[in-house]
Amino acid sequence: MNEFSYFEVFKLAVPETVLVIGVLFVLFLDLVQLREHPADFRSAFLASTTAIFCVIGIAWLQVIPQTGGILDGMLVMNPTTTLVKQCLLGLTALTALISWRTPFTRHIGEYFALLLLATVGMLFLASAQHLLMIFVALELFSLSLYVLVAFNKESRHSAEAALKYFLFGGMAAAFTLFGLSLVYGLTGQLSLAGIATAMADRQPDLLLYVALVMTLVGFGFKIAVAPFHLWAPDAYQGAPTPAAAFIASGSKVASFYVLANVLLIGFGAHAGDAGWGHFKSGWQPVLAIFAALSIVIGNLVALNQTSVKRLLAYSAIAHAGYALVGIMANSPEGLSSVVYYAVTYALATLGAFAVVNVVEQNAGSDDFEAFTGLKERSPVLAVSLMVFLLSSAGIPPLAGFFGKFYVFVAAVKSGSADLGLIWLVALALVMSTVSLYYYLQVLKRALVKEAAPATAKFVVSPLVAVVIGLLAAAVVTLGCLPTLLLP
Amino acid sequence: MTDFPWLTAITLLPLFGALLMLTIEHADRALHRLTALIIAIVPLAIAGFLWLNFDGRTADLQFVQRLAWIPSLSVEYHVGIDGLGLLMVILAALLVPFALLLSRGDEGRGYYALILFLQSGLFGTFTAQDFVHWFLFWELALIPAFFLIKGWGGPKADRAALQFFIYTMVGSIALLLAFLALYLAAGKLPIDHRFNFAELAEYGRNGQLSSALSVSLGFFETFTTERGLAVFIFLLAFLGFAVKLPIWPFHTWLPATYSEAPTPVTMLLTGAMSKMGAYGLLRILLPIFPNEIRAVLTPLLLLAVASIVFSAAAALMQKDLKRLLAYSSINHLGYVALAVFATAASDIDTARLFVERSAALNGAVLQMFNHGLTAAALFGFVALIERRSDGVRGLDDFGGLRKVAPVFTGFMGISLFASLGLPGLNGFVGEFLIFKGVFALSSWAAVLATPGLLLTAWFLLNILQKVFSGALNERWKGFSDLTITETWIMLPATVLMFIIGVWPQSVVGLINETMKALAFRL
Amino acid sequence: MLTWTIYFSFLGMAVLMCLPKDRPGLARWTALATSALGLACGLSAALGFEATGGVVALVDEPWVPALGINYHLAVDGIGLTLVLLTGVAALVGVLFSWNIERSPKEFFAYYFALIGGCYGVFLSFDLFLLFVFYEIAIVPKYFLIAAWGSTNREYGAMKLAIYSFAGSALVLIGVIAAYVASGANSFSLLELAKHNFTAAQQGWLFPLVFVGFAVLAGMWPFHTWAPTGHVAAPTAVSMLLAGVVMKLGAYGCLRVAMTLFPLGLQLWSPYLGALAVTGIVYGALVALTQKDFKFVIGYSSVSNMGFVLLGLLALSQTGLNGAVLQMFSHGVIAGLLFGVVGRMIYDRTHTRMLDELELMQLEKTLPFAAAVFVIAGFASMGMPGFSGFIAEVQVLIGAWHGFPAYALLAGVGIVIGVAYTLRAVQKAFYPDKADRAHAELTMEKLPPISFPEKLGTFILLGCTLGVGLYPRLLLDWIGPAFESPLFEGLKKGVGL
Repeated sequence: MNEFSYFEVFKLAVPETVLVIGVLFVLFLDLVQLREHPADFRSAFLASTTAIFCVIGIAWLQVIPQTGGILDGMLVMNPTTTLVKQCLLGLTALTALISWRTPFTRHIGEYFALLLLATVGMLFLASAQHLLMIFVALELFSLSLYVLVAFNKESRHSAEAALKYFLFGGMAAAFTLFGLSLVYGLTGQLSLAGIATAMADRQPDLLLYVALVMTLVGFGFKIAVAPFHLWAPDAYQGAPTPAAAFIASGSKVASFYVLANVLLIGFGAHAGDAGWGHFKSGWQPVLAIFAALSIVIGNLVALNQTSVKRLLAYSAIAHAGYALVGIMANSPEGLSSVVYYAVTYALATLGAFAVVNVVEQNAGSDDFEAFTGLKERSPVLAVSLMVFLLSSAGIPPLAGFFGKFYVFVAAVKSGSADLGLIWLVALALVMSTVSLYYYLQVLKRALVKEAAPATAKFVVSPLVAVVIGLLAAAVVTLGCLPTLLLP
Repeated sequence: MTDFPWLTAITLLPLFGALLMLTIEHADRALHRLTALIIAIVPLAIAGFLWLNFDGRTADLQFVQRLAWIPSLSVEYHVGIDGLGLLMVILAALLVPFALLLSRGDEGRGYYALILFLQSGLFGTFTAQDFVHWFLFWELALIPAFFLIKGWGGPKADRAALQFFIYTMVGSIALLLAFLALYLAAGKLPIDHRFNFAELAEYGRNGQLSSALSVSLGFFETFTTERGLAVFIFLLAFLGFAVKLPIWPFHTWLPATYSEAPTPVTMLLTGAMSKMGAYGLLRILLPIFPNEIRAVLTPLLLLAVASIVFSAAAALMQKDLKRLLAYSSINHLGYVALAVFATAASDIDTARLFVERSAALNGAVLQMFNHGLTAAALFGFVALIERRSDGVRGLDDFGGLRKVAPVFTGFMGISLFASLGLPGLNGFVGEFLIFKGVFALSSWAAVLATPGLLLTAWFLLNILQKVFSGALNERWKGFSDLTITETWIMLPATVLMFIIGVWPQSVVGLINETMKALAFRL
Repeated sequence: MLTWTIYFSFLGMAVLMCLPKDRPGLARWTALATSALGLACGLSAALGFEATGGVVALVDEPWVPALGINYHLAVDGIGLTLVLLTGVAALVGVLFSWNIERSPKEFFAYYFALIGGCYGVFLSFDLFLLFVFYEIAIVPKYFLIAAWGSTNREYGAMKLAIYSFAGSALVLIGVIAAYVASGANSFSLLELAKHNFTAAQQGWLFPLVFVGFAVLAGMWPFHTWAPTGHVAAPTAVSMLLAGVVMKLGAYGCLRVAMTLFPLGLQLWSPYLGALAVTGIVYGALVALTQKDFKFVIGYSSVSNMGFVLLGLLALSQTGLNGAVLQMFSHGVIAGLLFGVVGRMIYDRTHTRMLDELELMQLEKTLPFAAAVFVIAGFASMGMPGFSGFIAEVQVLIGAWHGFPAYALLAGVGIVIGVAYTLRAVQKAFYPDKADRAHAELTMEKLPPISFPEKLGTFILLGCTLGVGLYPRLLLDWIGPAFESPLFEGLKKGVGL
């Protein structure tokens, strides 16, 4: 082991440190000061505290950005990573804010602490280029999320969802671990850079493919691509909505980023080729299968849903497929396209879940019918929902459109010869037509149908309204000015 | 004076008159007719002016006005008249007031506006020298005719109007397609104005146009010869005129239309609108496609003969006066078609060829004018009968009207005799010239057509016989004779029949040079 | 100046969204002002437009430099023609929607989102930007139809949205492929048009992009959204759909598919031309059998748009001119027809069934509507004197040049067009006397035609007559537009 200074570590891990302090602070505050206060006040106070810690982290990364790597790639900071971390922190802050007045638990302090803890895991994940670190960080945030899903103790669905999520997650972790250890066994290296060097002049053999497939299957569970998606709809539906939002947004960003890092940096030499007529074994064909399956299954099954949360879950599966297409580009451009895609998708999804959360609280359900007449019951929510869903459908000038576009361009550009990957892009684009159909089904109820005459207006707390508005504005702005998010 | 755009004025005046009429609502509906008449007098005056200032010694276009219209398509606004055009303009200017005078007067302003609108279309058609410009008015005339028939016609007028419109449109579209093909072909030739009739004729005559066609319409050369393609294009154009004229078997719209239309409108339809078709044969088809006509001469002549004979035979079978006269129109215009097609025949010695062609063409034009006059007059008389009989107009419904309405009988008799070609009246001269020419150019066709003459005489005399002679049908005891006003209305036409009959030079003098030039260029 | 057509529309949309709900009058006047401003911008730019050819750049700023995307707005004669069409259609659409009662502010907000998208497409010279505007125009249509439409509105709206989106997905595949294959790292149409794509690439890219756009142009057999969409839409939206939105598709075919892939055009034009001509005949035949008045017009749009596509595919300069002119012409005429049927008749009689209208004696009760429909009907069947004639003439010349058989078939289509127009005129306004005699006639008192309706009618009639009698108004812009460098490849590729 090389000599290293703790100061160097600290310098690169300030945001994580801040958040850990935040976890402790929140727990302490809740335990010591807030016990006697009403739940509303507690959640408001803690939500803001959580958000403030996140904002401090963002500001730090903005003002004193660090670059460099230590400990053989355990902690690597570069501009892209900084950007990803900022986005993760931002998503956490917004998730915390929409959790304001969460009625589903009494353990408010623990809830926010877990949220922060999960974020710490994600932050480490984002800057990890070392197999060990990746695994540890992955487990850290996964465990936090399992608990968050189960947080609604009143609801059997929540418990069921958590159990399902946990079982699948555990299995995924096993797969990942198995794959990673095989890689280590093959190369004797744990850092991605080292693996890349060792891989470069190695002939591919069966064992390597087993290792690759195992790793990919493990990550496939995490990001919920078909055929490893089965846990997702139940988890999304059963979990408390803010937790589901967090799973769908923050965890996705981090997982995609690390998957891209592993594949692009570590296994770049064995990408193979999934181009039409240019097949070559490697991880690309595997990803191509995952992506195609996710896109088709996610979109087609979403057609059949009547619960908006489940619909969002299936559409998330489809989106995971789109994002994989970006990773398949196997190029720096592909990486930045995936980051852009994942972040903008996370914003839109978080926003959509926030709206669902409000509707659920007011109407008691997240069924399509609960959205009927949303336009009259809360115009802001209706317009924002339109922005989020249309962005997900890929309608310009919203961010989702540019995300898709960028991902597809990167894939076609860096893919095999003769525009080989265009077949996958074509499939994705055609299926996105299907997605418009089910998004419009929701929007039809929200914006076209008139509410029954006697329905009351929705109660939307101003803070949540502002957060939702901010998210919508971010989606529009990033769509119009994509350069803001491009490194 | 001749610099003034007289032809534009005569074309647009009725149009603006029509618009003007639409804006005025008279309380007394009869005033509408008066207004329309006053408006229609102006074109008549202009036509008179044109006639007086026309130089019959040249075949050139006169009163020409020529402006670029759509340069990118080499479309021009190009008006001008030669003898043929002048005669048709005069005919249209005469017939419209004639028809207005014979209208009942209670039809409402729309009716009169439409008639004026129709007149504008007629003038435009007879003066335009550029296809697009010409086609504009050719189609424009159709719209008012459609509404006149539909709005003021008989009980089955709706179907008749629809049939009339669709048949004519089929022909028009075919014609349009043909000319667009010509336009395309003309692009390969040194033609400045690719829609100009005269310029197209220049290259149509020497065959260059048909060669150019097969170059520009590349697709066809795989399955047809150069000549075949040109003939195909010719047939498309022919269809347009054949429907309008009409020539057998494209005539089926006509009897229903003529009999269902209000009778004054029928006067215009047969008197002026059918002349649009005949005019097209002479102005467009013959000069531009002489070689193609020659290529399918025998079938064309057979069609013309069929028009003459079959329609005459059909007329014999008719019980309705208007239907009878409608078939008689087909019959009479069949002679025109016969003359025009026969002119293209070339297998006689050159010395006589030119003379006979001129004779046939002069005869054809004369026949057009005469038929316009006579047929309009005959339908006018039917209108008068209908007015007296409350719409009854069956051939067998009357009898012995001579006794109660001698003047009526006399005047109508003159028209009937003019129509069957009695020497001394106008009809004779035209038919004589036609047969003179056609006998020389294509004797078999003339021979085949002769039975038509006999049948024509038969069915026209039949009218005299059944309606006016014999025992007086008691029902019509109160049938009143021509009133003074009606006499004055009918007089000008009758006088013209005599004048042309005894002094055909009055008309032939106008058209002879034009026709000679046309014959010469074939 | 022209860029403000776009900005005014979106500005108008924003203002409308902020207006209070209970002031419908304010919303209407705002909408009128917005559309009038847009048209005024277009007209003032048109007056100063140099018709010498080439492209006049308006804005060209880097947008996403990493991908070579520029915010590049420019105009040529074709774009200008269609911008003016959009302006006119937008203004008249507002006039014809004056009676919208259900939250007019929202209606007009969506409306101007759609209009802004249309303006944007016609002015974009960056492929990405063009596509963005193209898709912006899709979604508002859905809401306009689903919320303010009539018969089967949700179905019609969804079908329209899905078809449009599927078409644009095809286009996007082509766009991405073209961008990558060119290797130029630029989305500028001018740059991409310079690139020579290989024949193999063009062989599959051209049909993809062309068909993708042509879906919106109503090309048979992808036309089925058009009749249902038109019928379901509120009047102003039908007018825009037929008037402008279908032109977006045709415009895309010309501006993108044909300029970028001329070899593909040459390869595919016989087959796609066959589809176009099938559309002409089929649309007309189906229109002949419809019972619903609006369906007649809907199918007539399919038929008329077939002429646009045929002109585009005819591989001749005249055909191209004709196609662009037909876009304008059909836009105006279809707007007029939908205005009469949707606004003047349906809003008063609450039926569009020809069999029911037959008994209402509309010629007596609504003489103005009858007269306008008759005139518009004649314009639509291609009577000389109206803009449709000159357009069809040029398309047919082009067709004779490229595919004589199609020219003949198109001629058949025109004749059927005459038939269905007359049938509609006859049934709706001048029913057979025999039928009339049987019917128990009740002369209902219908509200008179209002001033905004009349104004809108006269604007559209003026356009079609003005262009019909003096086509140079537009042809002097359209012709030279093909001289620009954008079309160099196309002309060389197909040997114009």
